[in-house]
Amino acid sequence: MKPNDVKEVMMHGVFMITAFASIIAVLLICVFLFASGIPAIKEIGLGSFLLGKEWSPADSPPSFGIFPMILGSLYITAGALLLGVPIGIFTAVFLAKFCPKQVYKIVKPCVDLLAGIPSIVYGFFGMLMIVPLIRTVFKVNGSSILAASILLGIMILPTIVSISESSIRAVPESYYEGALALGASHEHSVFFAVFPAARSGILAAVILGLGRAIGETMAVIMVAGNQARMPAGVLKGVRTLTANIVLEMGYAQDLHRGALIATGVVLFVFVLIINLSFSALKRRNIS
Amino acid sequence: MSASWNILKKLRGKKPLDLVLFLLVHLASVLTIGFMLFIIGYIVAKGTPYLKPSLFALKYTSDNVSLFPSLVNTVTMTLLSLLIAVPFGIFTAIYLVEYAKRSNKIVGVIRVTTETLAGIPSIIYGLFGFLFFVVYLKWGYSLLAGSFTLAIMILPLIMRTSEEALKSVPDSFREGSFGLGAGRLRTLSKILLPYAMPGILSGVILAIGRIVGESAALIFTAGTLARIPTGLVPNKEQFFLFQSARTLSVHMYALSSEGFHVNEAYATALVLLVLVVGINALSFFIAKKFTRA
Repeated sequence: MKPNDVKEVMMHGVFMITAFASIIAVLLICVFLFASGIPAIKEIGLGSFLLGKEWSPADSPPSFGIFPMILGSLYITAGALLLGVPIGIFTAVFLAKFCPKQVYKIVKPCVDLLAGIPSIVYGFFGMLMIVPLIRTVFKVNGSSILAASILLGIMILPTIVSISESSIRAVPESYYEGALALGASHEHSVFFAVFPAARSGILAAVILGLGRAIGETMAVIMVAGNQARMPAGVLKGVRTLTANIVLEMGYAQDLHRGALIATGVVLFVFVLIINLSFSALKRRNIS
Repeated sequence: MSASWNILKKLRGKKPLDLVLFLLVHLASVLTIGFMLFIIGYIVAKGTPYLKPSLFALKYTSDNVSLFPSLVNTVTMTLLSLLIAVPFGIFTAIYLVEYAKRSNKIVGVIRVTTETLAGIPSIIYGLFGFLFFVVYLKWGYSLLAGSFTLAIMILPLIMRTSEEALKSVPDSFREGSFGLGAGRLRTLSKILLPYAMPGILSGVILAIGRIVGESAALIFTAGTLARIPTGLVPNKEQFFLFQSARTLSVHMYALSSEGFHVNEAYATALVLLVLVVGINALSFFIAKKFTRA
């Protein structure tokens, strides 16, 4: 073999081996999370771990029920979607079908900018702006499901806007023109001819936003109050799965630490399900 | 005056449903832009007055809460993470686009795992990094554990942008190069990579933005020690790679959760914001230049 051929074959091998990096990473993540989380779940008992309403690791005997945190994550995520989805989708429609080119050049970078703000800065903003606002308006403490939902709703906006926009743009122009030719107005054509054709892409956008909201950590910690108890109302504080890990991981020992890792496992499974449905939807969108 | 008159005239002719939809679409967009302006404006307005020189003092003390050490750590962390992730990301993209056959089953598996990695929240990365790098490999809270964790986190981003960039090279370039007798490697290094470089670069810069803004993945991997790790002695306790180091985002978290230095926290948030927004804008302009060419 010529030295050049040796180099070709060698580099082919190198490229192939590096390509396995992502597979190895996913395997490692799964192995280490599950191997440290599942024994803890076994010891606590799956039922009393997932559905237990009491989280008091310092008591004796301690109880490790993460049901309040599961509900906390779900409530906050639902609230974020309630705010972020309509605003996001309408903004996407505006960008794709309503806005003049000059305006687009301003609005689109604004949305991208919103995506670039670090979550810790969002959290800081929420802590010093949204929480005091709720405190003065409702005369409560302020750190609450509502505060976290508003903040996360803003945070997931860029995700929803950009994916919805591209799926609306992917609908063939003939749908719009056909509706116009039949006498429908601009708005009617966009919302009743183009929009339904883009719905699986828009659904995918919502699911991705859901994934971001449920996994968000630092911003939520700073505005949600973090009380490990059953959610008691929109204006009351609550703790999410993500917050539970960050707040106690620093000092947790033995079973307590295992329970926190198991909290991560539950979150991981949630996220995997969300991602799988996202890729399934995306694939359907393409075909 | 005439513009608003035009809008009024446009509105008057509409049916009620159309009018409602028209208003909703515009209201939503105004809200989106409003949120953006409000958040940025708030941080800029509150942070600017406190951008004092003491904030950039060489050493952190609990009095000056200097952000300088964290800034240096952020740069180190970014370089280390890129050093690990960029070769892997680009090589994987090269393999997927230039070498692997479409029907190859491994390609499908790599796609799925990459998508999975891209969707994992950063706290899970932090948890994994803690379990694997910090505890299992016994690296402790360290620069190295943090940068490996971040490298895995940005891998899918670099891979995907490199893949797109390579795919955008016209096939005629490859055919021309092969036709002149160049081998695969030469085609790659002389034709494909130079053409794809702006796209790859914009992905890398986007990854830098993610690293700089990341906090949840770092608290339990790189720790929160507010000083610049030094020491080049090749023994594990003293070598700088094995020392804890907080980045700017983690510093920001520490400041705001302590709650003693709210004004300095505003200024730190401003610095962080300017950094991340600047990095993202840079990536945007490179990508834009690239699509125009």
